[in-house]
Amino acid sequence: MSFLNKNVSETQIRLKNRLWLYILSYLILFLLIVPSLVVIPMSFSASQYLEFPPREWSLRWYENYFFAWKVENGFNDWMQATWTSVKVAILTIFVATPIGTMAAYGLVNSNSRLGKILFPIFISPMMVPVILVAIGLFYFFVQFKLVGSILGLVLGHSLVAMPLVLIIVFSALKNYDMNQEKVARSLGATRFRAFREITLPQIKFSIISASLIAFLTSFDEIIISLFVAGGDNSTITRSMFLALRDQIDPTIAAISTILIVISSGLLIIVQLIGNKENKKD
Amino acid sequence: MTIADMEKPNERGLQQVAANERLTFFGLTLPYLLMVTALIVVPVGWLFYLSFIGRDGSFSFENYERMIKSKAYIRIFLTTFKISILTTIICAAIGYPLAYFMSQLSRKWANICMIGVLIPFWTSLLVRTYAWLVLLQKKGLLNNMAIEMGIISEPIKLVHNTTGTLIGMVHIMLPFLILPLYANMRAIDKDTLKAASSLGATPTRAFWTVFFPLSLPGLLAGLLIVFVLCLGFYVTPAILGGGKVIMAAMKISSNIELYFSWGAASALGVVLLVVTGIILFIASKLVSMDQLGNR
Repeated sequence: MSFLNKNVSETQIRLKNRLWLYILSYLILFLLIVPSLVVIPMSFSASQYLEFPPREWSLRWYENYFFAWKVENGFNDWMQATWTSVKVAILTIFVATPIGTMAAYGLVNSNSRLGKILFPIFISPMMVPVILVAIGLFYFFVQFKLVGSILGLVLGHSLVAMPLVLIIVFSALKNYDMNQEKVARSLGATRFRAFREITLPQIKFSIISASLIAFLTSFDEIIISLFVAGGDNSTITRSMFLALRDQIDPTIAAISTILIVISSGLLIIVQLIGNKENKKD
Repeated sequence: MTIADMEKPNERGLQQVAANERLTFFGLTLPYLLMVTALIVVPVGWLFYLSFIGRDGSFSFENYERMIKSKAYIRIFLTTFKISILTTIICAAIGYPLAYFMSQLSRKWANICMIGVLIPFWTSLLVRTYAWLVLLQKKGLLNNMAIEMGIISEPIKLVHNTTGTLIGMVHIMLPFLILPLYANMRAIDKDTLKAASSLGATPTRAFWTVFFPLSLPGLLAGLLIVFVLCLGFYVTPAILGGGKVIMAAMKISSNIELYFSWGAASALGVVLLVVTGIILFIASKLVSMDQLGNR
């Protein structure tokens, strides 16, 4: 077993001395990935009780999710909640991405003193405990009758998505040579035209991934939705959370499976975009 | 025109342009600033004000006094800190070896392992919490497997208690620790380790005297992020704790949802915010803010 004597570090540790680390690490990776996937087989079970592996297979929970048009204990029908989530998440892209990108552009170009003051303020939505943001927004929105409205949800979700957009676009702009814009402007382009024709094409992949992440952030958001959504406008995660608190409904396994597919799909797109941009350099 | 103006005829004009530029860049950040001010600063300021309003509507400290005097609140604080500290320690114990392992691999393999860290990171929090509920409950997968294999005869209570909450929280927080730690470990110059070993250090000694101290900023950043996120955590303890593990965020929520008591909720929120703020302030002194943001 000569491979056991292979060097695996700069300090001449051999593989056999390191085996424990390899095994431990793969075990941790296994425990990181696999538990979430358990919902996939569960969602195809025919039984109302959670059994694993399921004795009989069926699509009844998917049917329940897609076609059960009824209102149960005060929370909305699943499909309507899903549409609300999709609507809000798409609108969040259109609010958070431009605002975050503009701020990133402004911050990159402004002097460092202003940046030092603004940066912590700008990432504060990530730092202030979400529950506090949620009840603050609730109290605030009550005054403006925004509780239970799509607008209220979009504002709340944009708030938590903006810092992510800011960080992604900011780091893209940091690696970008701003002198190119100066060249364009010295040739007579306006600032906006220089940005649109020179800078934007070069950072567009970062902006696209930032907007996908904004979408996902909004789609997965629970706590703000819990307080701000209501009435006819419950979001899917809010409905799931409320259902989970009460009973274990296997429909949730079906919805979870769909959510896993959506988020892994988006993650793969974001990673591919990242690779494309890295290769370009 | 002064003499200085004649020597540098464009100076005033250039200054004007520079000032305009600064104004433009600041202007671009204004919508963001407006959003944060309107949706965080004002509402949280409002809560701060509410926390000093007593039941009779006048200024008082009664919301804070209740927190110090009431046993229920003290228990909530203790639970919040206990769960947060335990989660952070377990995350460090599990995350450090994995981050170290990944930092030793080639880029290609490290990126493949990174997918394993990123998948849970992007999977909905609710989905992961639900999955643990399915796995850990009395008739869940783990108990059934353990009984079939003859390890235990009676199902063990793994969920709706502290154990379940911890398992769920560690699973959710682990990527937040690994990402900054791995980035830091990747950046460590491997030649320093070669130097240590050429000077006669054993691998173990080279690790502890050279590698470990160099990885501390990343570890610290990860620990602080995890700890701060745990303090305000709501969803996972609410579902996996089964009402037995009550953390600060849950109390804030129930104060409002059940008792409509804004003063008490606000006061607890302010305490949570101040504690978070102090930890983040210390963090910003120890590691640069950019690093904390890069997750």
